[in-house]
Amino acid sequence: MRKLTGGKVGGKVLLWAILIVFVVALAFPFYWMVITTFKQNSDLYDLNSNPFIFNAKPTLDHLKFLFGQTMFVRWLENTALVGVIVVAVTLLLSIPAAYALTRLTGRWGQRLGVVIFLTYLIPPTLLFIPLSRVISILGLQDTIWSVAVVDPSFTVPFSIWLLMGFFKSIPRELEDAAMVDGLTRFGAFVKMVVPISTSGILTVVIFTFTLVTQEFVYALTFISTESNQMVGVGIPIFLIRGDVYYWGSLMAACLIASLPIAFLYNLFLDRFIAGFTVGAVKG
Amino acid sequence: MAMNPLQNSETTEAEGNGAASAAALPKKPKWSKIKSAGTAQSPLLGALMFAPAVLYLALIIGGPFVLAVLYAFSDVRIGSTGMHYVGLENFRSIIQSPSFITSLKNSFIFTFFSQVIVIVGSTILAVALEKKFRGRGLVRFLILLPWVAPISLGAIGWKWILDSLYSVINWVLVAVHLYKPFSAPMWLGEPHLAMASVILVQSWRLLPFSTVIMLAGLTAIPKEIPEAAAIDGAGFWRTLFQVNIPMMLPIINVAVLFGIIFTFTDMTVVYILTQGGPFDSTQVLPSYAYFTGILGSDLAAGSAVSLFLVPLLVAIAYFMLRVAHRAEVV
Repeated sequence: MRKLTGGKVGGKVLLWAILIVFVVALAFPFYWMVITTFKQNSDLYDLNSNPFIFNAKPTLDHLKFLFGQTMFVRWLENTALVGVIVVAVTLLLSIPAAYALTRLTGRWGQRLGVVIFLTYLIPPTLLFIPLSRVISILGLQDTIWSVAVVDPSFTVPFSIWLLMGFFKSIPRELEDAAMVDGLTRFGAFVKMVVPISTSGILTVVIFTFTLVTQEFVYALTFISTESNQMVGVGIPIFLIRGDVYYWGSLMAACLIASLPIAFLYNLFLDRFIAGFTVGAVKG
Repeated sequence: MAMNPLQNSETTEAEGNGAASAAALPKKPKWSKIKSAGTAQSPLLGALMFAPAVLYLALIIGGPFVLAVLYAFSDVRIGSTGMHYVGLENFRSIIQSPSFITSLKNSFIFTFFSQVIVIVGSTILAVALEKKFRGRGLVRFLILLPWVAPISLGAIGWKWILDSLYSVINWVLVAVHLYKPFSAPMWLGEPHLAMASVILVQSWRLLPFSTVIMLAGLTAIPKEIPEAAAIDGAGFWRTLFQVNIPMMLPIINVAVLFGIIFTFTDMTVVYILTQGGPFDSTQVLPSYAYFTGILGSDLAAGSAVSLFLVPLLVAIAYFMLRVAHRAEVV
């Protein structure tokens, strides 16, 4: 059984060849960001030097420029602030809604849940034109509040969907027991169900936060002042100036802004995927 | 499963919360059959708890959607105060615009080819990733990067890789003497290459997402089935194509449906890499709607363009409901 036959060795080689090809193709741009971040300009913009290695000493100049001369830190702060607001709004709206649709409203609650999930499929590119006018009528144009108000429109539907799956897995007996002990239905929800749902709620928090950082169309449409921009739009719009590219600092910015998000998202990815595949994968 | 099955939970609840369960008591027999051991429902409290979310979504999704339809039949512009009904005027003028026809065509090309690449690629990758091996966690993290990092930033990475002068790809092509210096391809500057580039970057972005969905489907296949096939003499390829892939079809459907939505309705990759250029050769419906409606100030025409996304969205929603329905019934 343990003995490796020729076919097995061939299979292993093929497996690793496939994996290496995919890893290189998928991760290369991020490797390239790292290399570019630490290269001197004389090295970056020299067609004769090998771009894969450091031909001159690595430098921190691009990072200094990014943190000293650009609004990068401000964009990070804006994004973090909007992220926190949107997370709060999303939790307040989606936790009670998901519980109600799972437990309190029977079969048509499930159906309403599916309809809510389908609103997740309505893309920003269908709504951004009328929303831009609504935002300007509300006087929110050019402020971070414009995205803070609109972003829950795509985080709430998916969060409700995720939490519905989560609440379904909680045994009803827990609530029954709490109610025997004298709690009302709502009391049982607040004191029993919410506390034991911490991991589901944490998933929603991470999910919402990463979606806010990934959002592009709304921030591009609603915000035009450099200092009020989100990081995902500020970098491509304001760090690229005409035909002059600050590639070093640009790549540094992309790297710093995306790695923490990527790391967090990666930790919780399986739960999001469970949300996407509910219905198609049983068990 | 239940450690303390409260067979008669309805009466238990009636004692604890009379008002709420009273409303739920006249239940249809069909329901009580489904939820035999369940806690009683309480629609009033339920409605109160989901009302804020539904109200918010109606205001921020339903409202703008209705507005988009109204705008498409009006003459509204950025800065204009009133708006007037103009019938089909906007549709008539955009259908006559060559840029619109190009965008419509490009949207389908962009979506179709990226989905083909994503489905083929992610099936291969999912099969390769299914087995446990050392370093799988790291490999998985690296593979997932394009999906978990913000796409606008990943796309800038590609803009640098595909740079007209300092492209690392071109440096390699010159180094291996496939091209002479300064004559290497302008990836984002020539119409066909630009289209190929945005398709590849979009595929790059979606491939990890599709892979993890496929992986979920693959691991859900009961192990006995491929094993039985192997015992019956089916080899790896035969098991793959005649057992595993057919059993994965529902999940492949899900991956394709989401992939189509995330591609057909998105403009981030196109906006960052080419802004729809050169000469509209990579312009897609969403980016064209943006350039017309927001940068061109013509909200009415922009809305009319974006409404062309709706038929496809409706079709996708229909297929998703079918997938969900089938899974529920079986």
